[in-house]
Amino acid sequence: MAEYSQEKIRNFCIIAHIDHGKSTLADRIIEHTGLLTSREMQSQVLDNMDLERERGITIKSQAVRTVYRAKDGEEYIFNLIDTPGHVDFNYEVSRSLAACDGAILVVDAAQGIEAQTLANVYLALDHDLEVFPVINKIDLPSADPERVANEIEDVIGIEAHDAPKISAKIGLNIEDVLESVVTKIPAPEGDPEAPLQALIFDSLYDPYRGVIVFCRIKEGTVKKGTPIKMMATGATYDVVEVGYFGAGQFIPCEELSAGMVGYITASIKNVKDTRVGDTITNRSNPCAAPLPGYKKVTSMVYCGLYPADGAKYPELRDALEKLQLNDASLFFEPETSVALGFGFRCGFLGLLHLEIIQERLEREYNLDLVTTAPSVVYRIHKTNGEMIELTNPTNMPDPAEIEYMEEPIVTAEIMVTTEFVGAIMTLCQERRGVYLGMEYMESTRALLKYELPLNEIIYDFFDALKSRSRGYASFDYELKGYERSELVKLDILINREEVDALSFIVFSGNAYERGRRMCEKLKEEIPRHLFEIPIQAAVGGKIIARETVKAVRKDVLAKCYGGDITRKKKLLEKQKEGKKRMRQVGNVEIPQKAFMSVLKLDEE
Amino acid sequence: MMKTMELYVHIPFCARKCAYCDFLSFPQGVEVQRQYVDRLIEEIKTASAGFRDTTVTSVFVGGGTPSILESKEIVRIFEALRHNFHIEETAEISMEANPGTVTESKLRDYRTAGINRLSFGLQSADNEELVALGRIHTYEEFLESYRLARACGFENINVDLMSALPGQTVDSWLETLKKVAALKPEHISAYSLIIEEGTPFYEAYGEERGEGLLPDEDSEREMYHKTKTVLKELGYERYEISNYAKPGKECRHNIGYWTGVPYLGLGLGASSYINGCRFNNTSDLEEYLSGAAGQHCDEIALTEQDMQEEFFFVGLRMVRGVSLRQFEEQFGVAAEAVYPGLLERLVREGGAEISGDYFRLTEYGMDVSNYIMAEFLQA
Repeated sequence: MAEYSQEKIRNFCIIAHIDHGKSTLADRIIEHTGLLTSREMQSQVLDNMDLERERGITIKSQAVRTVYRAKDGEEYIFNLIDTPGHVDFNYEVSRSLAACDGAILVVDAAQGIEAQTLANVYLALDHDLEVFPVINKIDLPSADPERVANEIEDVIGIEAHDAPKISAKIGLNIEDVLESVVTKIPAPEGDPEAPLQALIFDSLYDPYRGVIVFCRIKEGTVKKGTPIKMMATGATYDVVEVGYFGAGQFIPCEELSAGMVGYITASIKNVKDTRVGDTITNRSNPCAAPLPGYKKVTSMVYCGLYPADGAKYPELRDALEKLQLNDASLFFEPETSVALGFGFRCGFLGLLHLEIIQERLEREYNLDLVTTAPSVVYRIHKTNGEMIELTNPTNMPDPAEIEYMEEPIVTAEIMVTTEFVGAIMTLCQERRGVYLGMEYMESTRALLKYELPLNEIIYDFFDALKSRSRGYASFDYELKGYERSELVKLDILINREEVDALSFIVFSGNAYERGRRMCEKLKEEIPRHLFEIPIQAAVGGKIIARETVKAVRKDVLAKCYGGDITRKKKLLEKQKEGKKRMRQVGNVEIPQKAFMSVLKLDEE
Repeated sequence: MMKTMELYVHIPFCARKCAYCDFLSFPQGVEVQRQYVDRLIEEIKTASAGFRDTTVTSVFVGGGTPSILESKEIVRIFEALRHNFHIEETAEISMEANPGTVTESKLRDYRTAGINRLSFGLQSADNEELVALGRIHTYEEFLESYRLARACGFENINVDLMSALPGQTVDSWLETLKKVAALKPEHISAYSLIIEEGTPFYEAYGEERGEGLLPDEDSEREMYHKTKTVLKELGYERYEISNYAKPGKECRHNIGYWTGVPYLGLGLGASSYINGCRFNNTSDLEEYLSGAAGQHCDEIALTEQDMQEEFFFVGLRMVRGVSLRQFEEQFGVAAEAVYPGLLERLVREGGAEISGDYFRLTEYGMDVSNYIMAEFLQA
């Protein structure tokens, strides 16, 4: 391995709103720096999970190291650190940013700045990153790079008129971007002789090597045999291997020193010991203090995950354990439901994270799942002075024991074209939003700021936002804290039996409406039986809504002609097949998807 | 004791396809009809080889419209049947006939052929309803055919009727029932129309398109329920979900299907149940006519479990239900052990009742027979 001095290293990331072309630009940078031939290129090298590719979202941050021969004739090491593009992963984004010295801001030449662009730019500036803009998609007919450059200067206040104007898709002006990385992004600093101080920004579980820790060396040097310690978790190991990131592969090297980005392996069995944001130091020569900014990631959204086939419970547990090896932010613990049997209460960073895990369990592990209504974490202050965090509505204490409850509140920024401001304000008000203010980005676009209860946005807020703005609104939020709120547990009774898996916590002012809709929805989902089935919503034992699934009146097969029993049996089997996917609660068969009804209450 | 069996003979031809019909039937010229009968007779010869020691207790010629054939073809078919099978002296020998397709001379030929039971596909006594169904005859033509049949000596006649027709009202249905019962046929089949996929009716009324055009659920159920009471008053007892008869005139062939009697199907697409196997003839006319190999398709040897399932979902079509003692004797295990809790639950939910040794559907259970029968599938 050739030795490179610090001044030839550039550690940077790309920040962008979703769909503005971040991953495509990353591909071009890798291509143009020549470590890979075009033939070797998969379309988006950084996103190596199928799911990510399909959704167009980068889920886990990853890194790649390439070598660029600049116009000044020198070779530069580029460490491109990819960052997740969704608000659920904000903390991971912040740690990835902390591993960088600069950032390329990609803005779509047609769409301009979006809420997420702003959020990420501010985050980057908070980390003292040098940010330079790139205007992408200039090949689009609707592209207006001048307008977008003005917008960047006005709104963000960074120079944008000399920004590279590119098309990552067709590979136009990529060289400008590479030169800007060399000239605009500062080289890293740090003393290779100082006590080791390395920031963990990601990790990956490998069945052969254990956890592979992705880190940025801030101070000192690490190599094979270095006795290390994770300062937050206290875990200690001896380094087995260090190296850097080829495209899609890990390339071992002698040592990693201050300013470098690379990986460490140390026979680590569990990603829980290598938390993103933690500081690695040398046990024999520890640094004085950990790097700032570490926090333990906490789950924001919880739901119950149950195997559709109860016998698959052990398989679901194995699958969750395997996913957790790679995803320390996934939480799960066993729980039991009267309606659904044995399953797990799982905690996620947000609804997208939930959906991703659910899809991976279904696709990669071939599991058929029943998901209960997602819930945020409520704080219940009991009359005896105790405070409990409620993640499962079923565990809500008796109302008589509750002094008051609190729910998580977020501050949200919504970017929207001015014609939809009214519609979006209405939406936020419906979701109990508190208006904080509005700024005009330019004459046609505004940034709305609201405080919103998290439980009002975890279900379908994003979809509602998109549909009410014809797709033009973008949205970003961060947790503000907890506030006192009037909350009640809404129970659902089917055929007079309470179905635990259908209970949810709701703002008391919305209980009546939610209960009514829930009953209506369940009436559609539950098939007719031989008897009438009342569906009731109740709060504190008081029925607040009721619907009835009438008894089946007619269900006969056609004339069984000429003794064709085989055909008749096939028809009956089809009917029976439908029932297999149902859950028996008391005497009632409930289709699995009914348990997700609460997610669809706002559909017309 | 000699083994017994039933014969079913399929004639897949009709004058014109009715708008609701999804049976294996289509119009064909006289020449194809002749070729078909030739081939059918070949099949009768070959197939009968395995049944030298078996007595045939009933024959049913169905379609299609068997009466559309020239009567000499029917005579030929029966000559072949009698030549190749042991048909019991007292066997019930039925043939389906459509009003308007029979003449006195045809009917006399049928008698000569040994047919002793006729089944008329009338469907409705209301001419407007008949037009809506795409039937080729009027009620008056039926009356004439019926009169001729009696005149020619047919003493056992069934009339097929259908409720829940487009444009039908409860009153018009009761009118049909009364008019027909007044003619005193020995047997009445009363089906509730089912809109089958692949029919013109499906295009017109399928997937909720029938709303406002077909009788609503309340009327449909009223028709269905009144059928039983009205026919009972007029001397007809319901013995099977859709079949009513004067005492002693229940269709033996039909009952055979529901009680596990073996039957051999002859002709295009015909189903058979022989030696615990179910199989079908090919449904492809060209393939059938060419006599190509592999005519028997979908052959399934019933397992013990299949037979247990059929015992219930087939047997429950009979009003008297199924004998639980017979189940235990036949399978060496009690039905309650094979279906733990099920019989009891169905009784509790009002879909079935137990009377002595018999487990049977209630009136309500018959309304939802499909729902209940599906419960008896074990997989």
